[in-house]
Amino acid sequence: MEISTTTWIILAGGLATYLTRIGGHLLLSRFSSIHPRVEAALNAVPAAVLTTLVAPAAVFSGPAEAATIIVAALAALYLPGMAVFVVGWVAILAFRALIG
Amino acid sequence: MNPRRDMIDGVMAATPGMLAAAPFGLLFGALAVDNGLSVFEVVLMSVAIFGGASQMVGIDLFGDRIAPWLIVLSIFAVNFRHVLYSAVIGRHTGSWTAWQRALGFFFLVDPQFAEAEKRAESGKPLSFIWFASGGLTFYAAWILESWLGAVFGSLVENPADYGIDFLLPVYFLVLVMGFRKRSSWLPVVLVSAVASIGAYVLVGSPWHVSIGALAGVAVAAAIGARPKIMME
Repeated sequence: MEISTTTWIILAGGLATYLTRIGGHLLLSRFSSIHPRVEAALNAVPAAVLTTLVAPAAVFSGPAEAATIIVAALAALYLPGMAVFVVGWVAILAFRALIG
Repeated sequence: MNPRRDMIDGVMAATPGMLAAAPFGLLFGALAVDNGLSVFEVVLMSVAIFGGASQMVGIDLFGDRIAPWLIVLSIFAVNFRHVLYSAVIGRHTGSWTAWQRALGFFFLVDPQFAEAEKRAESGKPLSFIWFASGGLTFYAAWILESWLGAVFGSLVENPADYGIDFLLPVYFLVLVMGFRKRSSWLPVVLVSAVASIGAYVLVGSPWHVSIGALAGVAVAAAIGARPKIMME
């Protein structure tokens, strides 16, 4: 069976992705103790990364999307995660109908 | 420790993220076929890579006759954040064997990472059973959705009509807000937001993810406050 270039790219992309998922642990487990600043940095990773997946989408998608992010962020101060998710879904539909 | 309980908890924890990602699995399959991939290649991509944003970037580049190594590098760049996830989660996997780690880390996608961190912070053990059952559920659903999307390419004809094209940013926002009691949370989020928006304009996607995240992490390291991991 002939293996296409696309298939090779996909397999290489899969290997590259797996290396990112196993790599951080393999590199870090070589050190017996972790410096407090490194620990603080690692602790900030989830909020830092996930923010970069939200901020440009909030700013560059349009007014309805920006308004949705603001409403969902406020709702998150008072409601559990799944409820905020539903609020966000209703908000995007409502804002798109109202302000486009 | 109750393996059966852990298995149910793991699947339950993975479910919201799985539901949020479902429209994107369908959309990915439909767009990939539209960009000239075969159904086999679409499914292979979800099986081998298992990372929504990087798969979207990949199919976008396949159409433009770009050098293969550059496509692989782009996929690597989009997923580079997983290096940091892996380092964080690795601290909680003391009870895992080497083979369990080799297998488990394959499932370390964004929502699974966030749920695993929440689990570890709540003081419950991050058992391999918990992690693998959630990860495997998510993985199987992702493969199934991309296959469905590819076969019925017209199933998600105009996702904007139903608002589902914007569900992933909303879901990521929910995760960000869930971490708000951590030390240095506000400066980290503000700097990451500004840096990612700036990089999005000046450098372009997908680099805004790595650049924005590094800026936020650098702020946390500069402040250097002791993490309050167990105090939430």
